[in-house]
Amino acid sequence: MPPQLKTLIPLFGAFIVLFLIARHFLVPVSFGELGHYRFNSIAENKEKAMNYAGKDACADCHDDKAAQLKSDVHSGLSCETCHGPGQAHTENPETVKLNKPDQRSFCGNCHSMNASRPKFMVQIELKEHNPDKKCIECHNPHQPWQLKE
Amino acid sequence: MATKGIEESRRNFIRKAAAAGGLLATGLLNPFNAILYAVEKPTDPTKHWWGFGIDIEKCIGCGRCANACKEENNVPREPFYFRNWVEQYTIKNDGSVKVESPNGGIDGFVQTVPKEDIFKAFFVPKMCNHCYKSPCVQACPVGATYETPDGVVLVDETYCIGCRYCVQACPYGCRYIHPEKNTVDKCTLCYHRISKGKTTACVEVCPTQARIFGDLNDKNGELVKFLKEHTCLVLKPHLNTGSKLYYNGLNGEVR
Ligand code: HEC
Ligand code: HEC
Ligand code: HEC
Ligand code: HEC
Repeated sequence: MPPQLKTLIPLFGAFIVLFLIARHFLVPVSFGELGHYRFNSIAENKEKAMNYAGKDACADCHDDKAAQLKSDVHSGLSCETCHGPGQAHTENPETVKLNKPDQRSFCGNCHSMNASRPKFMVQIELKEHNPDKKCIECHNPHQPWQLKE
Repeated sequence: MATKGIEESRRNFIRKAAAAGGLLATGLLNPFNAILYAVEKPTDPTKHWWGFGIDIEKCIGCGRCANACKEENNVPREPFYFRNWVEQYTIKNDGSVKVESPNGGIDGFVQTVPKEDIFKAFFVPKMCNHCYKSPCVQACPVGATYETPDGVVLVDETYCIGCRYCVQACPYGCRYIHPEKNTVDKCTLCYHRISKGKTTACVEVCPTQARIFGDLNDKNGELVKFLKEHTCLVLKPHLNTGSKLYYNGLNGEVR
């Protein structure tokens, strides 16, 4: 073996060992277990907290409202469509209050006249349909055809 | 005949050599199987293969999905960060197309084109297509975005270096850089919800059931039923991204 190689071999060996040590510390745990990514990241993504409780979560305590909603045209809507995320409220109903969207513009999100909406959607001209009152002064939001006036 | 014998033994030799070579190659390449074997629909019918359907004919453009997504996933409220959003398409009589999405539709839409000029108008909700040959995953230089075995494209927040390559690579514009974390963020198909047996937040609030979340591997599932009963298309099929977001009533003008 030529002497040049003899001196180089330990050097190469040292490089390889250094590389392996550095690699050990730089490549995170579980990387490459299933693919070119950190496998533990899947579990971390699963762990995140939920804010929406789901369609059936409200009926336990608000069965009257749930029954009302089911009985009329808004039956396709979920409570949280209007009241917003309710997970925290279901856990602490006394302290966490949900919003009650009573502005005309809120109903308008779905009902204002717009040629892009499909034909089945019942639309009104927001500026002309009883303009100086809130919608909920006449329509019960849970039972829109239960008119109050 | 003699030549036939030689031919046969040669053929056998080649066959054996190829088999041995193949074995050796798969053995050596096994550490690289992430590159070699991209995720595919599981053959085991009990394993999930998540997908999504959107029925444009049912979408009323209320924007509750875009709002719920922000609420559920703590997406910044500023009007340029969206994991999902709704676009209003208006095709005019002269053939030109107007696309609007003020604040992603969260504050509602107004039709800005006078009725007599409209040829056709509709809403198109947009979100991550959860492609199984994702351009974004291929672009990531560090492996911070990946496809799970059940077909969801996720981001590893702690590993992302914020290089924005994936933002460029996504042909559907479904990624953004989170202004505080400085890492990329995108629709996770509410992975934290679906892995607990719930549906996604956007499906939860949709008032007309225009959004369908489901398992493409479940023959009796809601999504497979939706695909059976409707003529569905994906966006930009020519890019061969393997999109799993199926639209019913998709107009050719939608980009
Ligand atoms: C554990 C029982 C419970 C569950 C589950 C529950 N609530 Fe309530 N909710 C209450 C109670 C109790 C009150 C009355 C609190 C008060 O008046 O101080 C209330 C009040 C409300 C109010 C009125 C708040 C106000 O300011 O007047 C709304 C709106 C509401 N709930 C919506 C919901 C929705 C939507 C859900 C489903 C996500 C839900 N609730 C689930 C117990 C519950
Ligand atoms: C169309 C939107 C909408 C939906 C869907 C809806 N709500 Fe409401 N809800 C409202 C509005 C608006 C108010 C405020 C009514 C008022 O102030 O008179 C309200 C008020 C309430 C209140 C306060 C009690 C009261 O009578 O003032 C409760 C409790 C409530 N809703 C529960 C529910 C539950 C439970 C569901 C689901 C079964 C539901 N809501 C679905 C819009 C909605
Ligand atoms: C998230 C969307 C949404 C919101 C918000 C909403 N609605 Fe509705 N509304 C609907 C849908 C969907 C229908 C059912 C349309 C159908 O299929 O016939 C409906 C039906 C109705 C109808 C019956 C129309 C008819 O002739 O059948 C009335 C009245 C109504 N809503 C009033 C209201 C009022 C008042 C509010 C505000 C408190 C409101 N809606 C908020 C989605 C919404
Ligand atoms: C003064 C009471 C009053 C107020 C306020 C009111 N409505 Fe009505 N609304 C009615 C009555 C009465 C009808 C049925 C007769 C009609 O079609 O005008 C009706 C009908 C409707 C219809 C069905 C229209 C159709 O063509 O079938 C919708 C949708 C509706 N209202 C939504 C709303 C919304 C959204 C608001 C708030 C922006 C609102 N209403 C405010 C009294 C009211």
